[in-house]
Amino acid sequence: MSILVDKNTKIIVQGLTGKTGTFHTEQALRYHGTQMVAGVHPKKGGESWTGSEGETLPIFASVAEAKEATGADASVVYVPPAGAAAAIIEAIEAEIPFIVCITEGIPVSDMVTVKARLETSKSRLLGPNCPGILTPNECKIGIMPGNIFKKGNVGIVSRSGTLTYEAVFQTTNAGLGQSTAVGIGGDPVKGTEFIDVLELFLADDETQSIIMIGEIGGSAEEDAAQFLLDEAKKGRKKPMAGFIAGRTAPKGRTMGHAGAVVSGGKGDAESKIAAMERAGIRVSPSPARLGTTLLEVLKG
Amino acid sequence: MNIHEYQAKELLKGFGAPVAKGVAITSADEAEAAARQLPGPLYVVKSQIHAGGRGKGKFKELGPDAKGGVRLAKSVEEAVSHVREMLGNTLVTAQTGEAGKQVNRLYIEDGADIDRELYLSLLVDRSVGRVAFVVSTEGGMDIEAVAHDTPEKIVTVAIDPLTGVTEADVARISDAYGLDGAAREDGKSLFPALYKAFVEKDMSLLEVNPLIVMTDGHLRVLDAKVSFDGNALFRHEDVKALRDTTEEDAKEIEASKYDLAYVALDGDIGCMVNGAGLAMATMDIIKLYGKEPANFLDVGGGASKEKVTAAFKIITADPNVKGILVNIFGGIMRCDVIAEGVVAAVKDVGLTVPLVVRLEGTNVEKGKAILNESGLAITAADDLDDAAKKIVAAVG
Repeated sequence: MSILVDKNTKIIVQGLTGKTGTFHTEQALRYHGTQMVAGVHPKKGGESWTGSEGETLPIFASVAEAKEATGADASVVYVPPAGAAAAIIEAIEAEIPFIVCITEGIPVSDMVTVKARLETSKSRLLGPNCPGILTPNECKIGIMPGNIFKKGNVGIVSRSGTLTYEAVFQTTNAGLGQSTAVGIGGDPVKGTEFIDVLELFLADDETQSIIMIGEIGGSAEEDAAQFLLDEAKKGRKKPMAGFIAGRTAPKGRTMGHAGAVVSGGKGDAESKIAAMERAGIRVSPSPARLGTTLLEVLKG
Repeated sequence: MNIHEYQAKELLKGFGAPVAKGVAITSADEAEAAARQLPGPLYVVKSQIHAGGRGKGKFKELGPDAKGGVRLAKSVEEAVSHVREMLGNTLVTAQTGEAGKQVNRLYIEDGADIDRELYLSLLVDRSVGRVAFVVSTEGGMDIEAVAHDTPEKIVTVAIDPLTGVTEADVARISDAYGLDGAAREDGKSLFPALYKAFVEKDMSLLEVNPLIVMTDGHLRVLDAKVSFDGNALFRHEDVKALRDTTEEDAKEIEASKYDLAYVALDGDIGCMVNGAGLAMATMDIIKLYGKEPANFLDVGGGASKEKVTAAFKIITADPNVKGILVNIFGGIMRCDVIAEGVVAAVKDVGLTVPLVVRLEGTNVEKGKAILNESGLAITAADDLDDAAKKIVAAVG
């Protein structure tokens, strides 16, 4: 098992015809045959898309049509910021079960509207401003570099894209490999939070340990730590290592990610680290020691 | 993006919020005419800088006993004399850092007879993903201190984006303040108006501290601080026009031209990294090995050679930088592109400080080959740990 995506997941691409969408769709098709099944473009319905190695996908005018024709159960959004929220809402209305939004720079107010629509929907959204999700040797949705992965049993969840790659690379080098890696994204208002992913990892037999990477801003890490404490009381617990980025970040400044800001006296690294450690997560002081820290935890 | 108080009030006035009459000036010659436009007899002279704590702030050039950055005057003459003392001097507040900020603009405002001071802000409450009012009866104070010492005095009212501010929301806010009479009536239009301003203009923070109940029983926005969502500026030309670049760091302005996420810091190791999380983590690991980062810099996912060159120039232009660490984990970002950019930049601007480069990910071998064949004095690192140790050792 893995979580959220596997070799049976069928994916449509919103924003396929752009440069980013094209490049990453080619990469996905070449990653163990990830089932990218169609593209969506309102003005190019009926046409087809061709990749640089001659791969072709049909293009439909709407998400609903693409879903109807292909039986897709997931969608990935590469639409530029101004139209990205509308694209997500179109996927919600088409009742796509799993929507992954890679786009960075969506206005927060647009995401507030999306979040309200999600609450009464049948869809789960991952992102926005995230690298996507990857189950080794089975399915790659988004922009993670497939070559650093190895099939294994570590579940990885992170707010940062490049730190996800660090964790993947280090667990591959440590010989552990990954069950699934999930980037939840760096925006303040997003679809899937740490708690949602941790719940799935706790329930997944294949996932035997977990790495959780947070960063300054908000209180999602503190909420996740409380969730883990509550679950542990019910006997649900897996070995965990973690990291929090932004210990040295100045207060009140937004550090690249729209959500990475210590404001109103909340969201600093120290309180997150303390909460995670209270929940039994071994928090590495160095981003270079995620793999070795997890190995230490596993050795007990 | 932040704006000045006088701009924020002008904007809120457009949405129907009650604000005092006021005039912004940039030279002392304008002071008397400005004050005479106001009804008097009470005037307030307020420093316009992008930092809080102005009232308790001190001017560097004046003695420790001189008054702060927000002053009351009981006559036009007194207002003018305050203007002469304040304008052009450097105000140091709890938020400006020791360097302070030069006051190039003052706002002269009609004074108000205050009965009660309240606190109001609007922000995006991340825990529920909604815009929320944060209200407290403890106005005019440092709200972080109130939140810490007396959290029960802060009430949060989150707004459903599909309905907007309802009568029930207004009643909850008014009850939290204990408003009655004219003030309660004013709230029925003021609270929805502030929410409308926040959403329509894509604000990230709207803080009214204090919101006052005047002795005549009406509400007034006495101070206003507004920040906008940088990601939404593309649809607000009117907001973009309010930007005051003299309030921003010159290196950060240069970086924003190339769409680079850059934050100037106080240390001496310059960093160029891809990805915000990794960029923060790189700063953290430098600190872990005993040094301080000179900046945060995320070149982003799809950086071109030109963007990398620009980033490198911004880092080397900082006189505090005694060494540079380039840390790239290529996902979308290809290592050969980064390597080409670094080599081009070094050839262009020269290299007078140690440079350590760590490359990993897509096309890493190509990238390393480009660096090796360049003949430049670049130290290669195997991983992030190794890179941090090497740059810290090189800077000494």
